[in-house]
Amino acid sequence: MDNLPWIFISALLVNNFVLTYFLGLCPFLGVSNSLETSARLGLATTFVMLVTALCAWVLNTYVLVHAPYLRLICFIVVIASTVQFIEMLIKKLSPALFRAMGIFLPLITTNCAILGLAIFATNRGYGFVEGIVYALGAGIGFTLALVLLAGLREESELSNIPQLIKGTAMNLIIAGILSMAFMGFAGLFSSA
Amino acid sequence: MKKSESYDELIKGIWRDNPVFVQVLGMCPMLAVTNSAINAVAMGMATFFVLVGSSFLVSSFRDWIPKQVRISCFIIIIATFVTVADYTLLAIVPKVHKELGAFIPLIVANCMILGRQEAFSSRYPVRLAVMDAIGMAGGFLLALFSLGAIREILGDGALFGVSLFGENFEPWVIMILPPGGFLTLGVILLFFNWFKLKKDEFLADVAEAERGG
Amino acid sequence: MTAGAHTATPGPSSLRLVLTLAIAGLISGIAIIGIYESTLPTITANKARELREAVFKVLPGVSQMQQLVYRDGELVVSEELGKDEQAVYGGYDGEGTFVGYAIPGAGPGFQDTIGLLYGYAPERRLVLGMEVLESRETPGLGDKIYKDAEWVGSFSALSIEPAIVAVKKGSKASPNEIDAITGATISSKAVVRIINETHSDWSERLPRAGSEPPLTTSEPAGNGERP
Repeated sequence: MDNLPWIFISALLVNNFVLTYFLGLCPFLGVSNSLETSARLGLATTFVMLVTALCAWVLNTYVLVHAPYLRLICFIVVIASTVQFIEMLIKKLSPALFRAMGIFLPLITTNCAILGLAIFATNRGYGFVEGIVYALGAGIGFTLALVLLAGLREESELSNIPQLIKGTAMNLIIAGILSMAFMGFAGLFSSA
Repeated sequence: MKKSESYDELIKGIWRDNPVFVQVLGMCPMLAVTNSAINAVAMGMATFFVLVGSSFLVSSFRDWIPKQVRISCFIIIIATFVTVADYTLLAIVPKVHKELGAFIPLIVANCMILGRQEAFSSRYPVRLAVMDAIGMAGGFLLALFSLGAIREILGDGALFGVSLFGENFEPWVIMILPPGGFLTLGVILLFFNWFKLKKDEFLADVAEAERGG
Repeated sequence: MTAGAHTATPGPSSLRLVLTLAIAGLISGIAIIGIYESTLPTITANKARELREAVFKVLPGVSQMQQLVYRDGELVVSEELGKDEQAVYGGYDGEGTFVGYAIPGAGPGFQDTIGLLYGYAPERRLVLGMEVLESRETPGLGDKIYKDAEWVGSFSALSIEPAIVAVKKGSKASPNEIDAITGATISSKAVVRIINETHSDWSERLPRAGSEPPLTTSEPAGNGERP
């Protein structure tokens, strides 16, 4: 039904998880004041997304066929466990990175983008490969949106912004303009 | 004393500590489902149900839930209520359920709900917890409704599907698209900032007047 | 449960933790299963009714339908649908005479995937109707693919061989051509493309015209047999 390049580009640009589906807004608005943290968080999130897509497919194919109503709880358990595991991994491999990321690692658990990914992939009936490609596109798209906003915010630190608009209001308006820009990607795959 | 206490918990969520406009929580579902007033209200009611139900249970069992596993327990409770809400909506209003789509299960990831359990319900008795939940969820519903109404009126020329303006109204389509969500919320927050600035200025003037005489 | 003391109060035992989670999980499971079972009849009825309405829209004149699954190389009457199996719906009129197939299809549109259902009469090789089941096209522009009643109506008696072609508005010449929607070219062409692609998949699977599976009137218990 959906071919792989379409799935990837759609998740990355045309239907970007943050700018089109409004998923992952907490970190988007909260973390994006630093370019470096944003990139790191994006990468970690992408990894969690890949693992989640994998587990979701396994669950959907073998377990949840018999008990579809347990889907939500199973997904959450998988996501929470994956994040816990990654936390331990990073702590062991690179304590410096662990300290730098601080509170943001456990916050990936409540990142609606990951749960959203699992639910969307399930609803669209994606198979194994499609799920992986989708997670890749979504994760990179998320990172892209985060990095873009972070870059813009860092720039704006140096400008003279009226007190009235500073803060979340400004971030939202910038996000709105970014979202409009991304709307231009629609129709990328038209064969007309 | 008790009565005004719980009343205070109730109304603080609606204006002073409004979860969306002041605390800026629960963003994810907000922008996605507010492209029309009916969707916004449906989502607000579903969240209301989940928040009040979860707060009630969490507060009732707060003495039995060990600290180490409290977050997991909260999430299990919340997820159960969300699943119940999901199936109930699907059975009663399938059309609305289709519009809200995947965002109903995503109520689980709404940081506001988990946040309330952690910050309040797990530490206070049932009546206060429920009052707080009703207030927060009410504020959330109000915020969702205002966002949804603005976007629908500007972007579709209608409210709850009822056309407000005549044939010649050219709808501002971008409002019901994603950018519209970001921009509307941004502008509303702008107003809140303005209010706050004015209020601070006023208070500063009063303080100065009192000092200077 | 209060944070304590400087005296070392040992935390709750692991057993207690596991037990708490297990009990929470158990109660949660019971509640979820309960709501699932109690809403299942309504939900199933809703879904069936939606499907019926869509099928009746794309196949004018039908009042009865059944699901036809492509299984082991042929089209059989079946209520169940296996995981990788695909199905179409047979539409029959009041007397049980076959009218046409309602075939579901999906594919990328302008913004996101478009899902649709189209009615097909095999004897005359004509598309009888089209209904968009799901789309996220641009409001005011792309969403005309289901809001423009006239355009949707132009899918009746549309020849499918050779494949349908969307042409510029007003230049429709042959029976397999259809006007594209001005301002929604890509969305409308996507609809046409989806129908063509779906049809090329299904045309080999459908039986010879005239030998369609008859309507099984009694409560279908699994597979029906073809005469």
